Order: sequence, then structure tokens, then C-alpha cells
Amino acid sequence: MMKGFILSVRSEFYKSRKTLGFWCSIVLPLLIVSLMFIGFITHSDKLGHLPGMMLWMSYVGPISIVMGNLLLPMYIIFVAYSVNAMEHKADTWKTLFTLPISKWAVYSAKYFYALFLVFFCLLLFYVFLLGSGNLLSVLKPDLKFNDFHIEGFLAQVYLKLFLVSLGILSIQFLLSLVWSDFLKPMGIGFVCTIASLIAVGVGWQYAYFIPYAHPALALNGLMRTPRPTPGQVPSPPKLTIDMLTNEVYVSLVVAVVIFILGFFIVQKKSVK
Amino acid sequence: MVIRTDRLSFHFGDQQVVKAVSLEVPQGSIYGFLGPNGAGKTTTIKLLLNLLHAENGTIQIFDKDLQNNRIEILSQIGSLIEQPAIYGHLTGKENLCNRALLLQVPAERVDEMLELVRLKAAANKKASQYSLGMKQRLGIALALLSDPKLIILDEPTNGLDPNGIIEVRQLLLRLVKEQGKTVFVSSHLLAEIERMATHVGIINHGELVFQGTIEELSGLSKPLVQIELDNGVDAANLLTRNGYTVGEVRDNTIFLPYTNKEDTGKLNALLNQNNYLVYSIGKVQKDLEHLFLDITQNT
Repeated sequence: MMKGFILSVRSEFYKSRKTLGFWCSIVLPLLIVSLMFIGFITHSDKLGHLPGMMLWMSYVGPISIVMGNLLLPMYIIFVAYSVNAMEHKADTWKTLFTLPISKWAVYSAKYFYALFLVFFCLLLFYVFLLGSGNLLSVLKPDLKFNDFHIEGFLAQVYLKLFLVSLGILSIQFLLSLVWSDFLKPMGIGFVCTIASLIAVGVGWQYAYFIPYAHPALALNGLMRTPRPTPGQVPSPPKLTIDMLTNEVYVSLVVAVVIFILGFFIVQKKSVK
Repeated sequence: MVIRTDRLSFHFGDQQVVKAVSLEVPQGSIYGFLGPNGAGKTTTIKLLLNLLHAENGTIQIFDKDLQNNRIEILSQIGSLIEQPAIYGHLTGKENLCNRALLLQVPAERVDEMLELVRLKAAANKKASQYSLGMKQRLGIALALLSDPKLIILDEPTNGLDPNGIIEVRQLLLRLVKEQGKTVFVSSHLLAEIERMATHVGIINHGELVFQGTIEELSGLSKPLVQIELDNGVDAANLLTRNGYTVGEVRDNTIFLPYTNKEDTGKLNALLNQNNYLVYSIGKVQKDLEHLFLDITQNT
């Protein structure tokens, strides 16, 4: 079964390397980080006064917030659609399920590949952000990027974003597997994302039960300013991240449950 | 038997699509699976490939139960179901390479297949730009890629031009003759199957209405005496008055059941004595096409 799984993953890569879904994972981080980079390089005179940490935060912060709120859920919706749409469009489910490979291997390889694309995209965001930030400090020495080391913290942020992506990915993957058209999974995903944003926005205490709210929740409260004690100089804000929060647990549980449920649906599904 | 099903049944919703079908496909045969559109051919094929799960009945392929030996059995089957399943964003060659990767078939086999179905020149063209016939040929190449023992093809000549149809037929005949493969091929046209099939199964409204060798099918057709003369209707009345059962009267041609040579001679004499001018008289066999129509329309 392991062999079937590996063969299927390789085939997923072979099939998708010419699709928008795959290239989106590379182009999206490249494009967004490039825009930020250009913005910083052209406005370096206005940013020179910022200390290292604040500078890094103003560089990675806006991207990560847009990511958490909208970009990441939409990207996941698209990736989940893309890997399944390839088979719907070509009418190839019937050939996938007549291969001498177990259905479990075919299904889990496809899921794993979508998961890999999300991971890869987030990894590229991380690498491009760090690389371009350091490049900026070389090109514009007045930008004090090299005064502060954000690598460890940023890695945790992106790892957390990846973990909270899994719940949405499982749901969207299943929706895209069952329905061949784009509108249903896309529409449901979009409505859920917006609803979650509202839930997070109004501070609903149980928002962490909605997978689509997880990326936004994961980025809450990253920069904390310690409460100044009377009579002391206020200390500068600190970057802290709590990896194991409710939304991470819920995301992982949803991911596992929906993934297994999806397999039973595939097992029962007749290929008409 | 390569394929043996026992009282296979399946329904979509409340519509019974396959009713107690018991197929027997011998090793080394070209089994023509015939039936009008919507008779249940594709559904039966999907049952044979475990894409649909039969509600009743059993399927044995290579003398093994399909349900319990799915992967082992599928590894020896090459199939083409309905329109070929091809990734349009990949080239013809990439489609084959992808399948070769999944089936762990050496890469040389891809070129051999392209050569075999004459797609070498279009190998690096996107499959979405292929004509229907080219897609069909690529589908056949995909089915044959793993060198399977059993080849299941659902309407493989759909969209092919007459040359393409002849090529596919010759290819299948060659595979059976030279390599001992077994071919299960469905069609709604008897004429297409007639020239290559060794065995025939006819399905209509989900029921298997005939199964046997092609000779047995021809044998079903009763011979007739065909008489061409100057006044068909009057002559038919004369023959009826003389105790003959007249089958069909078409223009000035009469058909009667054939019994033997002597009776045919007597018929001729009777017509001559009554001043009918007989242009021709002889024994004819109903062609398979008519027979097929009779079988499928009477059930």
C-alpha cells in the first residue's frame, strides 16, 4: 500500500506541475513578498527610524494578517479544488479507481499532495520574507533589519498557520472531491470564511470551533506590550507565540475526522 | 473462463439497469458485448471493474472473486470506459508517461504504444487539442500500456473514421491471435463486432437475451426462400391458398420459410403453372444485423 501511495504522490506532482494550482503556490508568495519589498525599498527613508523588531513587524505583519484573514483560506479553497478538479475535468476518477492501487492510497496521496502544496506555499512565504528582509538591509543599510533576529519567531508563526490550515483543507478537499463544479465548494468556503471573520471580529468566544476562523485566530496577540508597573519606564513590546492553542487542537481534530470520513465516502462512492 | 458473472444485478434509484446477467467469457476470445444505447452495457462494464458495486450476484475474473482480489485482478486488466479519460493539459505522451509511472511500466513501452496507435507525430501536442479519434486511440494505448491479459473496451471505435475502425479491429485480432489476450468489447453496432468477435452477448433492457459463439448466433437465423416475380401480392395469395405460410411480401419479392430443395422446386412449379413469371428463386439467410434487431426488439 505504501508503494501505491508513493507512486500516486509522484503522479500527482507529474500531473499538476503544469496547472495553475501548483504554480499559484509559488507565484503567490513571490508576488506578495515582491510587492512588499518594492514598497520598502522605495520608502526606505521613511522607515529608517524604526528599530529592528518594529521594522520586521511592519514588514511581515501586514502580509501575515492579510494571509490569516483572507488569503490563506482562499488559497486553501483553491488548492483543494485544483487537485480534485483535474480529475473531474478529465473524467479520470474512473481510471484512478481501476488502477491496481488501493483506493486508500489514491485518496490519501491526493490529500497529502494538497497538504504539501499548502506547506510549500507557507514555506516559500517564510523563506522569501526572511531572504528579502535581509537583502533589504544590504541594499539599504539605513534599514536596521539585521538588528533583530525574527527567524525563530516567524518560523513558529508560519508553522502555526500551517497547523490551523489543516481543518479547512480537509473540509474543502472533501467538498471538491464530491462536487465537480467550482461554485459549490468555492461558495461554501467563501461564505464560511466571511462568517468566521465576522465571528472573530466581534470577538465571539467560541469562534475557535469554526475551522475557517483558525488562521485569523492564530495570529491574534502576537505582539504584547507588558503592562507598565507604576514608577517604571514602560518596557518595549515583546513577540510571543503560543503554539498549542484551542484553534490548533480543533483544526487538527477536524482535519483527522474529515479526512477519515472522506475515505469512507470515497470507498462507498460509485463512479458513474 | 476469464470472466464469469452469476446473476449480476444493479439499479440506479428505482431503475433496474442490470438484471441477473450471467456472462461467460472464455480465455482467448473476442467477446462482443452488444446492445442498443442505454441497454446496460457500460454499467455492466463498470461492475466488472469494481467501479460500481453489484447488489446481487458475483463476479469472477481469472477464476477469482473480484470483491476479494480487486488489486490483483485489476493489475491484469486494461480498460477504456466510455469516452477516454485523458488529462487535457498534458500532452499525449505525458498522459502515457503518467500512467506508466503509476503502473511501473518501463518508459520504452510509452514509445511503443505511441507507435502502435500512430500518435507518434502528435505525441508532444496537448491532448485537449486532439481530435475525437486521436483521443480514442490514446485511450486504447492507455488501456494496452501495462500489457494486460484482459482488455475491456467500451465502444472503442466511437468517433473513429472507417480506417481507424479497421485498424482497431486488426489490432485486437492480432492481440488475441499472437499474444493470447482476451478482449471484451462493447458496441451498439453488430456490423462492427461481427467481423472480429468469436463470442457474442446481447443485452437489452438490462437482460442478457443471447450469449454464445458467433456461429450459434448465425444459427438462430432461420433460412428463407426468396422469390422474385412479376406480381408479388397475387402470387402470395395463391401460395397461401395452397397451404404455404408466406412470411414477408416486399414489392415483388416474397419470403417463405425454407424447408428443403424439393419443396423449393415445387413452389417454383406451382408459380409457373399459374402463369407467374419467376425472375429468381433461392435460399437466403437473414443477416445478423436483422437478427440483432429482431432479438433486441422482441424483448
